[in-house]
Amino acid sequence: MANNTLSNRKYILGFSAVLIIVVYIVRLFTLQLMSDDYKQRADSNALMRRIQFPARGAITDRNGKLLVYNQPAYDIMVIMQEQVGIDTLDLCESLGIDIEWYRRRMLEIKDRRRNPGYSPYTQQLFMSQLSIGEFSVFQEKLFHYPGFYIQKRSIRQYTYPYAAHILGDVGEVNPSDIEADDYYRSGDYIGKQGVERSYERQLRGIKGSEILLRDVHGRIKGRYQNGKYDVKPIPGKNLTLSIDLELQKLGERLMQGKLGSIVAIEPSTGEILCMVSSPTFDPRTLVGRQRGKRHKELANDPRKPLLNRSIQGTYPPGSTFKTSQALTFLEEGIITPQTAYPCSHGFHYGRLKVGCHGHPSPLPLVPAIGTSCNGYFCWGLFHMFNNRTKYHSTQEAMTTWKDYMVSMGFGYKLGIDLPYESRGMIPNAEYYDKNYKNSWSGLTVISIAIGQGEVTLTPLQIANLGATIANRGWFITPHIVKEVQDDTLASTYLKRRYTKVSRVHYETVCEGMERAVRGGTCRSAYTPQYVTCGKTGTAQNRGHDHSVFMGFAPRENPKIAIAVYVENGGWGATYGVPIGALMMEQYINGHLSEASEHRAETYANRHVDYSGYLKK
Amino acid sequence: MEKQKSIFASVDWLTIAIYIFLLALGWMSICGACYEYGQPTDFLSLASFDTRTGMQLVWICSSVILGLIVMLLDDRLFDTFAYLIYGLLIVLLFITPFLAHDIKGSMSWIKIGSFSFQSAEFAKFATALALAKFMSSYGFKLEGSWKNMAVCIALMLLPMVLIVLQKETGSALVYFSLFLMLYREGMPGSILFTGIAAVAYVVIGLRFADEMVFDGTTSLGLLLVMVMIVVFVVGLIFAYARPSALQAAAVGEARNASQTYRRAMLETIALGLGTMFVFWLIARYLRPFNIGPVYVAVCALIILRLTWIAFTSRIYRYGLIALFAAGSVVVFYSSNYILDHLQDHQRARVQELLGLREDPNGVGYNVIQAKIAIGSGGLEGKGFLKGTQTKLRYVPEQETDFIFCTMGEEQGFIGSAAVLLLFLALLLRLIYLSERQPYAFGRVYGYCVFSIFLFHVLINIGMVLGLMPVIGIPLPFFSYGGSSLWGFTLLLFIFLRIDAGRVRYQR
Repeated sequence: MANNTLSNRKYILGFSAVLIIVVYIVRLFTLQLMSDDYKQRADSNALMRRIQFPARGAITDRNGKLLVYNQPAYDIMVIMQEQVGIDTLDLCESLGIDIEWYRRRMLEIKDRRRNPGYSPYTQQLFMSQLSIGEFSVFQEKLFHYPGFYIQKRSIRQYTYPYAAHILGDVGEVNPSDIEADDYYRSGDYIGKQGVERSYERQLRGIKGSEILLRDVHGRIKGRYQNGKYDVKPIPGKNLTLSIDLELQKLGERLMQGKLGSIVAIEPSTGEILCMVSSPTFDPRTLVGRQRGKRHKELANDPRKPLLNRSIQGTYPPGSTFKTSQALTFLEEGIITPQTAYPCSHGFHYGRLKVGCHGHPSPLPLVPAIGTSCNGYFCWGLFHMFNNRTKYHSTQEAMTTWKDYMVSMGFGYKLGIDLPYESRGMIPNAEYYDKNYKNSWSGLTVISIAIGQGEVTLTPLQIANLGATIANRGWFITPHIVKEVQDDTLASTYLKRRYTKVSRVHYETVCEGMERAVRGGTCRSAYTPQYVTCGKTGTAQNRGHDHSVFMGFAPRENPKIAIAVYVENGGWGATYGVPIGALMMEQYINGHLSEASEHRAETYANRHVDYSGYLKK
Repeated sequence: MEKQKSIFASVDWLTIAIYIFLLALGWMSICGACYEYGQPTDFLSLASFDTRTGMQLVWICSSVILGLIVMLLDDRLFDTFAYLIYGLLIVLLFITPFLAHDIKGSMSWIKIGSFSFQSAEFAKFATALALAKFMSSYGFKLEGSWKNMAVCIALMLLPMVLIVLQKETGSALVYFSLFLMLYREGMPGSILFTGIAAVAYVVIGLRFADEMVFDGTTSLGLLLVMVMIVVFVVGLIFAYARPSALQAAAVGEARNASQTYRRAMLETIALGLGTMFVFWLIARYLRPFNIGPVYVAVCALIILRLTWIAFTSRIYRYGLIALFAAGSVVVFYSSNYILDHLQDHQRARVQELLGLREDPNGVGYNVIQAKIAIGSGGLEGKGFLKGTQTKLRYVPEQETDFIFCTMGEEQGFIGSAAVLLLFLALLLRLIYLSERQPYAFGRVYGYCVFSIFLFHVLINIGMVLGLMPVIGIPLPFFSYGGSSLWGFTLLLFIFLRIDAGRVRYQR
């Protein structure tokens, strides 16, 4: 039983409860009865908080050319509770909408599932992104429509019709964006694609707000306490892309009428100099109110112009892949630069045959790269996978091989600062165990040695292979943003990633790639001005072969590494090499010579016929 | 064996009447908060299920039924199954974050079919039951047993930590209120006092840190905390040194005990409050200067003087009081230091918790809106559903955390003061009922109920009136939502059931 002293504590507890309630009643008394201030303010005024939107960051190319900026647009807002008794027909007329649309929109606004933040007392987005022309008609008659307001917003404007896939676009947030991030309210904009999406947090800035006084009719009477509680918006940060606009422009011109991609990288920094995905579209058409309609058209186009083939397309790399094989065999000691293999118009073993074209035989590594000999690399892989002194099993050889490929940036996402990157495909031992029920050998998978079969890469990964060879064994994760205003780049875009192959073997491969340009498959890329290294690819697939080129220049202190991929373009030398050569010339010299300009015009007008492939 | 009398004869009808009154007023407030202009005002359309007012009515009716069911149970069940109930609720709290989907950063809602509920709301009565069970065990004593104290605190801390993991820090803080119950059960008052003082230093110190007085020379936060320390020291000398001085005087020995007491008291008042007055005069009429550091020096002087008194007189209560004062200064400065050295997002979190920045978009906006709403109510209010202030719509959480605004606006001073008095009646009645329990189990549980209700009323209404930090916890029986209503009903009715069972032992 509680003793007496403890029982007395009930008085202290009871007293504190009484004290709290008395203090609160006194407070109520002063708030409600001592001062008329609150009452007057409530009788005549109400506070309204208006969001002030920050300006979204601008985007420029590596030379400071403005690519994306903001332009004013006007949203029409409605407060449901105030918009009673207006002439609906008249409103629709001055906005150029029909009555059906008006009714549907009003129902949408009131639907709390689609519009979670709905309240009949706050402004709701009725119609967005009116141009100045449309807006001025409406503004003249605005006083007829109580409950309707205008909010100034800004929409994205693009200076040039280029780089649509890189820049991306902005659009209205959807309910899941609002759920995921407290920053967004219904009707806000968010980056949907490209750098607009991946750098959303840096670009968007921080919202401000102002608190306004309104009278009973909803008219704004001024700022509450002269703006003491207002918060100024903080504009978004500007982005400098690593893109060279002139190079991008030439690339898009050369890829006209072809499906495919060009990716160019500055090897020493990992900065992407251009990223062309063809077919492309004009980003200026995806702005404002026609965005929805235009977007639908693009989405239904069988050539898939919305797809960024440079990072989302996965293709067989073809013979460009042979360079990575040469490096692997050299480092593993399967071959030396002097090792020669025979090529009898291809690789023959039992009933298996991989064809090749005419060239001297047998031949060592450097000319094998120069002439792109299939036989040589098949023998290399065959000897590697059958080498039982070095590897206990084919599986172990396969795993070793796969580790080399992964160290070169294949098989996984490289980690570019753009959304929706694909990882491509590098098969591993488990993959073949599963598909061939454990009965497979080096012969079964021989086509991976020449970049066919299960192997697929994105054009970005092919370009990055070029950059890695240019650097003789390392690369920096390719990235498209060179600088964020008042901020540093993520550390992944500054760090070197080394492959498993030593520098000396890269020199041998460079030698082979130079040979290809001096007298091999890439002859048309030769220029006396600087030493070019290149490798063609002619990737087999169900239709006509894909035309591929991977290269870099100059050989010493390389400035640019490039991959060109033209779907169904035929031989590597047909489109890949000339387009790659023109691109390198443009970047290194800053312009094209007269003769080259002529050639560029020819290639821009030479189109691939896809009528056979694009039927649904 | 005589058959037990009907439960309805021994139940405390007064508490039930208060409960029903609060429910009715609560529903009126919800109607005011959710009402939209142009909506029909007859009862049937307010009670329609597709409106929030209708849903709340469903919750209210189901709560009453829940209360009835509790009344029909055997009161010994709660004693018997206390630990089991506690264990089940702890498991539920533990799995909640894994089942819950993220609603604006909170991981506390479990969804079953189309109904969502917050497990944290049900953990309160379970914790109260477990504490009551433990503290009513045979031979239990809180005073002088650190082990018992530790177990009690562990029982409170476990649900707290799990609720913090659900990112519902406000609901977790409620458990601190149970220290009031521990105080009633024998925890030294000095612990309770020290705890409350420390919280007061931190909250007041940080809240007013940037508000400058005397021409912008002095930080109001620092000044307020220092004055608080002096006032507390005076109070402690009065509470702890005077009795011993009187005792000594009564025995007739050591006249110096009462002399020492008088000296310590006078010196502290003269040093602490006298200098403050002088400084104030100088800063106000002669020349403004930064009183803060000077006054900290005065506090240091008081601490040294008390330590000296403790040494010379060998009455070491003065030393303890000096220690308290020194500790107070340390707590204040270290809270400042820690806040300055936290990372940005952690600081934001602490500031939010202390109500120093409840809204990143506009500091103080909600509280301004709440004050205007209440202030505009006047004496009689604007009448049911007649709150002209559409601005309430701009206060987020107006039908949950800020529900008291509606009462203030529509029913005015009369209505809102009546609500406060009803809560006071409930609280005092809970003390009365707790004290009449024949066993510790009922008393401890009753004081838990008292403490939890007191904390909710203190924080929620204080926040709406702009007197307390903005901590999001519901106002019992008023805030919208089934979970909190059911939780509070269970909490209260289990106690009423235990109380109704007391007659068995009183024959």
